[in-house]
Amino acid sequence: MLGKLTLHVLPLYSPIAMSGAAMELLGVLFIAALITWFGKWRYIWNEWLTTVDHKRIGIMYVVLAFVMLFRGFSDAFMMRMQQATALNGHGYLPPEHFNQVFSAHGTIMIIFMAMPFLTGIINFVVPQQIGARDVSFPFLNSVSFWLTAAGAALVLTSLVIGRFTTAGWTAYPPFSELPTSPGSGTDYWIWAVLVSGVGSTLTGVNFVVTIIKRRAPGMSLMQMPLFTWAAFITAILMVFAFPGVTVAAALLGFDRFLGMHFFTADAGGNAMNYINLFWLWGHPEVYIVILPSFGIFSELVATFSSKRLFGYVSLVYATMVIGILSFTVWLHHFFTMGSSADVNSFFGIATMVIAVPTGVKIYDWLLTMYRGRIRLTSHMHWTLGFMVAFVIGGMTGVLLAIPPVDYVMHNTLFLVAHFHNMLIPGSLFGLLAGYQYWFPKAFGFRLDEWWGKTSFWFWFVGFYVAFMPLYVLGFMGMPRRMDYYQNPAWQPWLIVAAIGAVLIAIGILCLAIQLVVSIRRREELADLTGDPWDARTLEWMNASPAPLYNFAVVPEIHDREELAWRKERGISHDAPAHYTPIEMPCNTSTGVLIGGAAFVLGFAVIWNIWWLAILAFAGVIAATIVKGSVPEEEYTITPDQIAALESRGSGPLLGFLSPLEDERGDHSTHGLLNSIGD
Amino acid sequence: MHTETAHSHEAMLFEEREFGFWIYLMSDAIIFSLLFATYAVMRHATAGGPGAADIMELPTAAIETALLLLASVTFGMAAVALEDKRRNAILVWLGISFLLGAGFLGMEIHEFIGLIAEGASPQRSGYLSSFFVLVGTHGAHVTAGLVWIATAVAQLMRTGPTEAFAARFKRLGLFWHFLDIVWIGIFSIVYLPGVLQ
Repeated sequence: MLGKLTLHVLPLYSPIAMSGAAMELLGVLFIAALITWFGKWRYIWNEWLTTVDHKRIGIMYVVLAFVMLFRGFSDAFMMRMQQATALNGHGYLPPEHFNQVFSAHGTIMIIFMAMPFLTGIINFVVPQQIGARDVSFPFLNSVSFWLTAAGAALVLTSLVIGRFTTAGWTAYPPFSELPTSPGSGTDYWIWAVLVSGVGSTLTGVNFVVTIIKRRAPGMSLMQMPLFTWAAFITAILMVFAFPGVTVAAALLGFDRFLGMHFFTADAGGNAMNYINLFWLWGHPEVYIVILPSFGIFSELVATFSSKRLFGYVSLVYATMVIGILSFTVWLHHFFTMGSSADVNSFFGIATMVIAVPTGVKIYDWLLTMYRGRIRLTSHMHWTLGFMVAFVIGGMTGVLLAIPPVDYVMHNTLFLVAHFHNMLIPGSLFGLLAGYQYWFPKAFGFRLDEWWGKTSFWFWFVGFYVAFMPLYVLGFMGMPRRMDYYQNPAWQPWLIVAAIGAVLIAIGILCLAIQLVVSIRRREELADLTGDPWDARTLEWMNASPAPLYNFAVVPEIHDREELAWRKERGISHDAPAHYTPIEMPCNTSTGVLIGGAAFVLGFAVIWNIWWLAILAFAGVIAATIVKGSVPEEEYTITPDQIAALESRGSGPLLGFLSPLEDERGDHSTHGLLNSIGD
Repeated sequence: MHTETAHSHEAMLFEEREFGFWIYLMSDAIIFSLLFATYAVMRHATAGGPGAADIMELPTAAIETALLLLASVTFGMAAVALEDKRRNAILVWLGISFLLGAGFLGMEIHEFIGLIAEGASPQRSGYLSSFFVLVGTHGAHVTAGLVWIATAVAQLMRTGPTEAFAARFKRLGLFWHFLDIVWIGIFSIVYLPGVLQ
């Protein structure tokens, strides 16, 4: 009846895992209790969980990313503390638990922190930046989000019920195969990756179509803002790269659940094939998490230098070239596999070539700032910090791209330092800067600058303190993923790295304080114009928060930096003569139901509860068929309602707690919304 | 709202869905190409068990191919009937396509069961794993196509050949013909070299 589920799956093996599980459960209960206390379940369900509005889906993605950032960072912190103290086996984590921690950290940070974060910002920004009312497939967008959330929920569940994988975030066979990893861990990993991978593929499809088909009249491809370009290339990479990880994880699942021999050590299995398939996704994935941040930096540099973006065309081509090259370098993740020297040389050179378009970007940003009127806001801090740190990471990357060097350095902490040096400044700094930049567009008030800058400095300094010692340790020959060690020369460096982790923890704390402080001071920080940064692109032409249809009248585009163009001519805020009705898609609960069923399906298969798995699978199929068979429901917003919403203007949390009455067909929420406003 | 603008709004939605479906098919094509590559890599990983020459029979593969390709031709006939909005003709041709697809699937299942009974199961060797998963993934797609044809038939009976039905029918057609292309790949890369060995 319950498959392999028994009481032994509870985390009784380690008091630390137990307290982690308890914290997770208490967190969920606490949030549920809060919602119940304020009586907001209906509001949350009607306005958020079932929404198809790209802005709200985007916000939910970012919330998910922050939750997972907290969890992923906790893992990182535990690792640094373990290694700082684990000389001669005196760490506080049992080895088995330590292995779960580093596996969870990587899986979470890439797939469940960076991915939802960038997908959220793309969701929120792109339609507004291209003058669209929503994405092309709003319902599919909801499905994508809930599949991602289902995958994240599976990873979180593994802490409470069963264990997570000990095979690293890449789940390399043959270790991840059944004989060596018999527990539930790898199965959790497989299902989390599969379920969220489908979500990401669908997101990719959605944004390719949205950007091709929904641009406002007059916006040619070469007039798209650079963030939209970055999102476009990212979406293409999602469509073409994610099949790699889907196939790799699925075949590993066939080995584990059905006894096949794709990657096993016996019966003709070929573990190296897994590693090829995995990195066929894995390397483009690096650019999937970095390109959106490049797009964000491009917007920030132009806005806060009060100057037209330098070298737009070269930035666009550099983005495309990075997108193409990202598919030609995967083998550099395993130079030591033993390919011929020719093959390794090809991939080594291709890897170094990527530094060229990336360098082009750095120069374009620098030249945008050159003779600009730079405002050193928190956003510019992240941008400048990124440029300095990223160049260092890029140089160590070129080092590792030389196959003979890689033979010496591979699998050491030098590699760990290198890719954190790329991903933290390259991806996370950009996403955090983007979060602080577009926050007023989402909620109608800015985030506190002082706490933003303070957070930056702790992140920035903490990053150096935490990762520069890892380069040194790599040179000293320390392998990655060690739960304890006997070389006393390593310990001082590991203690320094642990101090870096403490500094980053303070940086994260500052982000939390920033949010709380800003919410409390929201009237002071209010964005009353819709354009708090004197920005240059279309999304700032709207009120903050933007009304649910984004643009009352779809604007005509004249220039790459349309808003700057209009401001120069003094026509940015001309009210149109009249409004025409707008049709918008109705909310639907199908997305959240499909996500829920996918979670149940994964969980049931992991624990061999076959009847439940069949039920959940049938549920997904039935929901898809039913949803596909009825026409998409839409409701119409009348010109009077538009006029009322447009006269609302900008301000803190407008439209969140007391929105104007609106008609939503069967899924009407107006009565509810009025009661919340009271 | 103006009927004309409402119409173009709907037409734009259909156009977007078709374009999106093309993009999805590209993604699906990558899945198949990776499975093809895996099959090619594992071609000789038979671990002493049966190889391609031992498990493949040209007549079976030929009949399967004929059934699937014919199912595409009959689907094309349904598309022609849709041009003139001949509801019953569409139903008949869709029904025939369904039966041909089901016949293909039945033969494939029969082939699989026979192989497993002979000891050539996917658990036997890496080679057989890659064979079953590549061909089986195509079979799973055909199954999805059959379910989709059934829902299309249901929709047609309910609403008649509306614009919405035509748009959906077009996407279904893309999917159905895509499966032919994949099958031609399977025939040329899996079956033909197997029996010619």
